[in-house]
Amino acid sequence: MKSKNLSLFILVLMLTVLAVFFVYPKAPIGGYISQYMPWKLGLDLVGGSYLVYEVDMSNIASADKDSVINGLRDVIEKRVNLFGVAEPRITTSRAGENYRLNVELAGIKDVKEAINQIGETPFLQFAEVNQVEIPATATTSATQAQEFIPSELNGRYIKGAQLTLSDLGMPLVSIEFNAEGAKLFEELTRKNIGKPLAIFLDNNLISAPRVDEAIAGGRAQITGINDAKEAKLLVERFNAGALPAPIKLINQQTVSASLGQDSLQKTIWAGLLGTLAVMLFIVLYYHGLGFFASIALFMYIALTLAVFKVFSVTMSLAGIAGFVLSIGMAVDANVLIFERTKEEMKKGLQRITSLDEGFRRAWTSIRDSNLTTILTTIILYNFTSGFVKGFALTLLIGVLVSMFTAITVTRNLLRIFYAKDLVVKK
Amino acid sequence: MFDLIKYKNLFIGISLVMLTLAIISIFTYGFKEGIDFAGGTLWQVRFSSQEVSVPELETYLKTTFGIENLLVTAGSENGVMMIRTNELSENQHQEYMTQLQENFGQVEELRFESIGPVIGAELKSKAIWAFILVLFGISLYIAFAFRKVSYPVSSWKYGIATLICLFHDAIIPTGLYAWWGSMKGLEIDTNFIVAILTIMGFSVHDTIVVFDRIRENLIVHKGKKLGEIINISINQTFARSINTTLTLVIVLIALYLFGAATLSYFVLLILIGTIIGTYSSIFMASPLLTYLQNK
Repeated sequence: MKSKNLSLFILVLMLTVLAVFFVYPKAPIGGYISQYMPWKLGLDLVGGSYLVYEVDMSNIASADKDSVINGLRDVIEKRVNLFGVAEPRITTSRAGENYRLNVELAGIKDVKEAINQIGETPFLQFAEVNQVEIPATATTSATQAQEFIPSELNGRYIKGAQLTLSDLGMPLVSIEFNAEGAKLFEELTRKNIGKPLAIFLDNNLISAPRVDEAIAGGRAQITGINDAKEAKLLVERFNAGALPAPIKLINQQTVSASLGQDSLQKTIWAGLLGTLAVMLFIVLYYHGLGFFASIALFMYIALTLAVFKVFSVTMSLAGIAGFVLSIGMAVDANVLIFERTKEEMKKGLQRITSLDEGFRRAWTSIRDSNLTTILTTIILYNFTSGFVKGFALTLLIGVLVSMFTAITVTRNLLRIFYAKDLVVKK
Repeated sequence: MFDLIKYKNLFIGISLVMLTLAIISIFTYGFKEGIDFAGGTLWQVRFSSQEVSVPELETYLKTTFGIENLLVTAGSENGVMMIRTNELSENQHQEYMTQLQENFGQVEELRFESIGPVIGAELKSKAIWAFILVLFGISLYIAFAFRKVSYPVSSWKYGIATLICLFHDAIIPTGLYAWWGSMKGLEIDTNFIVAILTIMGFSVHDTIVVFDRIRENLIVHKGKKLGEIINISINQTFARSINTTLTLVIVLIALYLFGAATLSYFVLLILIGTIIGTYSSIFMASPLLTYLQNK
């Protein structure tokens, strides 16, 4: 029994030492690790921008919506990577019938430029043209109107673009589709022989050339851009990716790096002071027991931080606050156990038996109270967004790890060092 | 031994008074919704080359850009200004920034948040759902966890007592916040909701400790009256209820005093809620059980 305790203790101790080197960036090995696996700091700490775009899916068949949004994400990711954000995070979300694109740009210097770049991503759409007769009325004679039916072919299938000049010296934008796009283009042209095919750029009709024959090979030319400069810009934009559906910025949160850095320093200090004060309190109140609980608390902090890092949990300010709160809660289990142990000792039980009873009888309370916290954090995680999500996540991980350290680790420590002591004294 | 049950009407009375005051405060002062619920813009900038006063900036923004709905407040640091207004588009944002820099010299943007009304409405409905889920989730869990102690107090009564305590612990800090809000211009935002839900998650801890002891004592002290058993249990668990709260309070005070300024109200709310939660766990939850039992 004893050797089992000891080996578990040594294992946890080694894990803790590893964790300290792993998480502390100024430790000799830690610095090395941090180069390859740095802390992932939230953009409220390193500065950056959180952008939410609403995707206009009104022209897209419901079966295609998922593939469109994924294509959209790839295009934006490509765009964002172009201006060198360390780790852009682009996710999609859905609220009812609304599709959204969430773009997180942490550590970005020029948010304005980033928003402009994303905003400039062209939205290209090919549409079939239907001639509609508008019958004559009392005041007007019969006219022809054009009805545009958006096709499946859009900017998402573009592989690249080139600027060429027509025989007349007019700029031509030649676009090349990928295999899928080429197939769509061929079908579309075959279906519309003898009819015009409209090309829309950012919802403006730029040209509607007549289709003479089905075009295979996946190349199309866009005419109707008269300004060479404009054409050149368009080629650049197409090469950076074109959107399969129009997007609109509906939410923006930007924090400067200086504001974040200050908050980070302060909160880390507050956490450190709080931890020391908690340790002091339990040592003063529970003496020896408290000392071992403090060691377990230290292990808790090192291990939890390592878990955050291993799973690359983004540390936002709220996330750090959640973790600091969990430090205050991690010793709760110890308090419950120690109070119970004291009670059992008063009954005249031996120290080692009292400890075991303390752990056993405090367990139901610890289990129930931790489960309610876990329940709360899960609800919080699923019903909030942005920065506060981190609060729920760190608190949740904290509670889980603390159930291990405050119970298993403390129990081991006490069995090895504390209970033995007393047996000798007796 | 401290006789809690003898004074139960007093303690419940105190809670009722606090609750009433909180509800009056909520209805008198009301709430201002933060931009994440109502939609709008929050813009924090630092003027570093030239001193700008609040009315000066307000007049400037109103006359130059014709912004109607506008609130400017001075930040905690020198030269830092908070501007709150309707949702601004990115074009407006950039145009205003350029204008500000032309007019006031060096202007640094610390924070810019612009949230559309659609997202705001969504966040609001999510927050309300989260509140309801936490309230009933915890109460149901307690009723479930205590399902085996059917005699003499059935488990759903523990659940109901918990539900009332949770409500109590959520409403009193909310009332306080409404009152502060009227003085300091605080708003109901996501952070506020998270703070209230966290309070609910924490406050139930001490309640569980007391209930757990009652559950145990009902077996140990078979034949005694419920009131007596509650008294024994409260006295036995008093120290640990206070101590578990204290460790949390210590950390919260450290965060409040030394932590980031942006979190201070969030931390303060949780701090107050934690203390109220401990009060309700000790002085309210178990007396409620006796009321429920007498019926």
